[in-house]
Amino acid sequence: MKYIDEYRDPQLARNILDEIRRKTTRHWTIMEICGGQTHSIIRNGIDQLLPDTIELVHGPGCPVCVTPLESIERALLIAARKEVIFTSFGDMLRVPGSSKDLFMVRSEGGDVRILFSPLDALQIARDNPSKEVVFFAVGFETTAPANAMAVWQAAREGIENFSVLVSQVMVPPAMRAILSSPENRVQGFLAAGHVCAVMGYEEYEPVAREFHVPIVPTGFEPVDLLAGILKTVEMLEEGRSEVVNRYGRVVSREGNRVAQEIIGKVFEVTDRQWRGIGLIPGSGLALRAAFADFDAEKKFQVTHICAAESPLCMSGSVLQGVLKPDGCPAFARECTPEHPLGATMVSSEGACAAYYNYNRNFVL
Amino acid sequence: MTIAPLCPAPIMQHETVQMAHGAGGRLSQALMQRLFMPHLHNPFLDLLDDQAKLDLPPGRVAFTTDSYVVSPVFFPGGNIGELAVNGTVNDLAVGGARPIYLSAGFVIEEGFSLAELETIVKSMAEAARKAGVMIVAGDTKVVGKGQCDRIFINTSGIGVISEGLKLSCCNLQPGDSIILSGTVGDHGMAIMTSREGLSFQSRITSDCGALNGMTAAMLEAVPTIHAMRDPTRGGVAATLNELAVSSGVGIAINETAIPVKEDVRGACELLGIDPLHVANEGKLVVAVAPADASKVLEVMRSSEHGRDAVIIGTVVVDHPGMVVMNTAFGSRRIIDLPLGEQLPRIC
Repeated sequence: MKYIDEYRDPQLARNILDEIRRKTTRHWTIMEICGGQTHSIIRNGIDQLLPDTIELVHGPGCPVCVTPLESIERALLIAARKEVIFTSFGDMLRVPGSSKDLFMVRSEGGDVRILFSPLDALQIARDNPSKEVVFFAVGFETTAPANAMAVWQAAREGIENFSVLVSQVMVPPAMRAILSSPENRVQGFLAAGHVCAVMGYEEYEPVAREFHVPIVPTGFEPVDLLAGILKTVEMLEEGRSEVVNRYGRVVSREGNRVAQEIIGKVFEVTDRQWRGIGLIPGSGLALRAAFADFDAEKKFQVTHICAAESPLCMSGSVLQGVLKPDGCPAFARECTPEHPLGATMVSSEGACAAYYNYNRNFVL
Repeated sequence: MTIAPLCPAPIMQHETVQMAHGAGGRLSQALMQRLFMPHLHNPFLDLLDDQAKLDLPPGRVAFTTDSYVVSPVFFPGGNIGELAVNGTVNDLAVGGARPIYLSAGFVIEEGFSLAELETIVKSMAEAARKAGVMIVAGDTKVVGKGQCDRIFINTSGIGVISEGLKLSCCNLQPGDSIILSGTVGDHGMAIMTSREGLSFQSRITSDCGALNGMTAAMLEAVPTIHAMRDPTRGGVAATLNELAVSSGVGIAINETAIPVKEDVRGACELLGIDPLHVANEGKLVVAVAPADASKVLEVMRSSEHGRDAVIIGTVVVDHPGMVVMNTAFGSRRIIDLPLGEQLPRIC
């Protein structure tokens, strides 16, 4: 398959691995930001192939994992309403709130639908004028442009029965939070390729300078990941803290200006709760006042809903790279994909789920 | 005086299934005689008794049942009718049985197109003919609009197992070769990419087919085959896990050996789904002693359903109850059961 097979070439991967071994003189801790990268690393066993001195820790870049519990609770309340068609990316349906998930709401009669694009939700709203159609707008900068576009089009066409439940988050503030933590061990980052495709990597340059860390925008295939790790190791060994792109076929320094524009038109920066981590200032996006009519929280008056996490779940430490999933006492015991305590065990991009599915350590 | 014409209650006066078609009256009879019987008739059904009285050849009797609720009802490469026949035929065949008789129960939603119903029944007849089985008992119920999703079909099947065959998913032995009959994920991806709400098109067609011809030939050549399964829901991953757990052994498979069609691979990539977790409807997983593997492969490859048959792994003593894959990069990972519904990823 073109543009995939080249980046899964075992011989090429072995060559880069040899180069990483040759360049590495000491222990380095590198964080891959994106859950998609974590998934690919564990699935392909890249962590098993790296020299012991290179430690990969897994970042907070799983949109499902970091969506705060109160957003889930609000979604459950809205989705259960008779007049609502609640639409969402598939991953969100299995995320447990404090007592149920969206699948259970669906089984109790709620009209909950899995979509691939928020623009499809807008179409459902056009086709069902007597219903209220709500889209669960979660995700990082990757999902923000399409979510913004849906709201923008709804406003332009005057589609009043459409709204979005927003829980958008952004990567750079989370990186700053991790690097500022006294527990931080991260010395270099693989930046999330698809986030950088939208935002470019210019905004990472101040982070690299300020915290003296190399940052490498990296793709998702094994060869992409190994190339990103190699570049990070090279910079660490040379004492450089720059941003160097290793996902050139997708990412440019300035990113996708059109996408950035629509995000800026519809959303504004806000403080945001991250599930398991807590409040990160300036880390979220909220609808601008001009689009308040499309804010599902206001429309259905669920802003006041609060919720508390399971005290057993340590996903916050996992999401910040402080703890590996199998270092959690509940991992594969109280917490499994069938009975997840936290969202990191739910999403296909969650680090705990990746460890559970592909490498439960007790056999491999 | 005018004489009222005899009302033949022709079903084609209606274009869709009515509640009365399932009420046991004239319309029910008309549906039976004009739509079902012309396609399905055989000496057992023709008697119109409440039961079929069957003679069975010697051997142990295998009996199975399965309900089919696929959506969409018509999909690239087949429809719910042939799926219902082939699925039950395959469930018998993988136990080493020769499938002989099937029953078919229909639950139809009021308003379902009669023309589509006839297409479904026709393809059931064709599938039964191809598989060499007879549909000897049947039932039709009509439910109100919204009480089922268009049409559901249940089929049960009876087959006979020849003397000496002892296939079971508990029979895997360390050292056994694991053979897969062809490409994985064709059926599930044909269904998923033809569902509404997915804005890309594919040429993927279902692999829906009856495997009993191939399994009979395999068992004739190598009667000591340890186990066979058809990897339907949950895909090859679920089947291998079930075999490993039932036999208390480990299974090691090689990533590079698993055949996946280019289109299926592309669709799986796009949706973030592992082809090993996707359903098949005309594939076979076989465990056989290593000495017999090449003979079984040869027989499979001469069948239309086993042309791409290949050894994908071996049974091992290590990690009992678990399936582990050797990746193309030389690392290893667990192949687990899929969890519930296949959910497309978010980004």
